[in-house]
Amino acid sequence: MRKTVAFHAVSAALAIAFLFPLLWALLNSLKTKSEANQQPPSWFPHSLSIANYRSLAGFDQGIGTYLVNSILVSGLTVLGSVVVCVLGGYGFARFTFHGKSVLFGATLAILMVPYATILLPLYILLSRLGLQNTLIGLALVLVMFQLPFGIFLMRNSFEAVPRELEEAALVDGCSSFGAWRRVCLRIVLPGVVTVALFSFLTSWNEYLAPLIFLNDGRKYTLPVMLVNIRYSSYNIIDFGALQAGMVVAMVPCLVLYLLLQRFYVSGLVAGALRG
Amino acid sequence: MAAPNTLKDSFGTLSVPKESFRAPPRKSRDPASRRPLTGLLFVTPTAVVVAVLFLVPLGILVYMSFTDWPLLASPTPNGMANYTSLPDDDLFVGAITFTLIYTAITTVVLFAVAFVLVAISHSQRRGSRFYRTAYFLPYVVGTAAASTMWWVDVNDRLGVFNQVLQGVGLTNGPVGFLDTPGKALFTVISLVVWKFVGFQVIVLLVGLQSIPEQLYEAARVDGASTLQRLRYITVPGLKPTLALLTVLSITGSLLAFDQFYVLTHGGPDNSTVTVVLALYNKAFQSFRLGSAAAEAVVLLVALVVINVIQLRLLRNRES
Repeated sequence: MRKTVAFHAVSAALAIAFLFPLLWALLNSLKTKSEANQQPPSWFPHSLSIANYRSLAGFDQGIGTYLVNSILVSGLTVLGSVVVCVLGGYGFARFTFHGKSVLFGATLAILMVPYATILLPLYILLSRLGLQNTLIGLALVLVMFQLPFGIFLMRNSFEAVPRELEEAALVDGCSSFGAWRRVCLRIVLPGVVTVALFSFLTSWNEYLAPLIFLNDGRKYTLPVMLVNIRYSSYNIIDFGALQAGMVVAMVPCLVLYLLLQRFYVSGLVAGALRG
Repeated sequence: MAAPNTLKDSFGTLSVPKESFRAPPRKSRDPASRRPLTGLLFVTPTAVVVAVLFLVPLGILVYMSFTDWPLLASPTPNGMANYTSLPDDDLFVGAITFTLIYTAITTVVLFAVAFVLVAISHSQRRGSRFYRTAYFLPYVVGTAAASTMWWVDVNDRLGVFNQVLQGVGLTNGPVGFLDTPGKALFTVISLVVWKFVGFQVIVLLVGLQSIPEQLYEAARVDGASTLQRLRYITVPGLKPTLALLTVLSITGSLLAFDQFYVLTHGGPDNSTVTVVLALYNKAFQSFRLGSAAAEAVVLLVALVVINVIQLRLLRNRES
């Protein structure tokens, strides 16, 4: 009995320590302006207010612009990764062709190369292609970084689909594509969700790539804008609004995690064990 | 999961021989023997992305490293100059030293904390599921947002961490979490542990699940103590997982950027400049792309070597 109490005391204390910074940002964002910037800070909001969220609208271009930019980049990255990885995964799983192992090896090699180093030449390349300082260029680069994980996962998913199932569908009168869509795609759907989820989370949270590629303030994504608040204000920083911005940035991640926990964990494990 | 059932039904209705359904040429329906061209078509998008956005930039990077390339002007080849001048670049050499120290400390601390949290999360007691989720949640938040959060919380005037410490009577005034090199490093590491330890916990839990329960039962029957079971079953069973997490922690820490850029910006007095931060500053603050590319190539080679060693080790274990 005493052991159980001790166990819960330690575990709960640690849980509070881990959750506290997240809850604190949420609590502070809901305080009134003066209370959020009060020194020393109050523990609980005396009265709830959305003033901090309101003033996010006044940051440079307004939070809406950055939110739309982030959604665009993440949406394009998810779309691109899913299309490329589903097609590629199927191709690698079901066909033999010249240079197959070379291409597969080159795709996985993306993992070996530290991603910060390749951003430098990508900056030059995107400038030449006229894609530097565009959301599409940024999304393309983010798709590339998703490939090793996505292709590997989708190839394994398609390999796990018994060929007999597909053939049976063909026999039953499905077209080649119909068999693929109705049989294969349905079975590998969990893999597709995992690829989409991770593409979304990485692109939503990515900081270094947009920092390098985007130099027009109107194109900044949410994380770039958040950190900018911390640096650009030479006068007093509005802590309440900053924390409201962090809540906006992290809520989609937390919600997606809680909703898609199963895919999240299986993806993490697949990603971690890819070696 | 309805798909397999509907397919079983379609198998059931299959009473006529295949050939009567389709003309003979259709026989070569076995997907593997389909025209190789179809396969190429499926992987074309992959090939294009890999070639244009990965292989070409790799080539450009190597070329850049042999040139003098101011960001906004055109490059002029300068041979090995960028490489030979690297050892004299105090900021870069200092960044390497600092990054290695940071990597060593972070890896050890991460494991130490992870073991405690795994012990809790693996427990059969009620509530361990909730605890597991609590420890994992910070991992879901982006590094830049988490770093900004930390930066607010360690603020001398308004930061809540100072208030908590003073509230429990550990300190009398503001700590100055980012004021000295030591404290700045400590603050970043505490952020990294908070943010990333959940990942280690999850991977370790999966590793634990892969150890057969019968081993523990057999050991119990043989009268092995808890400590002996840990030493002779758990640790050997977890070895591949531990090796993997070590490599991930090392490679991840060697490439640290966001947390330092946001929290310390390399300060105070350039004491917390990591390799990637030095690289970023050189390319986009000093506009010396060629020299930055040489640093990138060095970093790249180091990481590839680490990864190859890891692959070797994993392969040896399998065979």
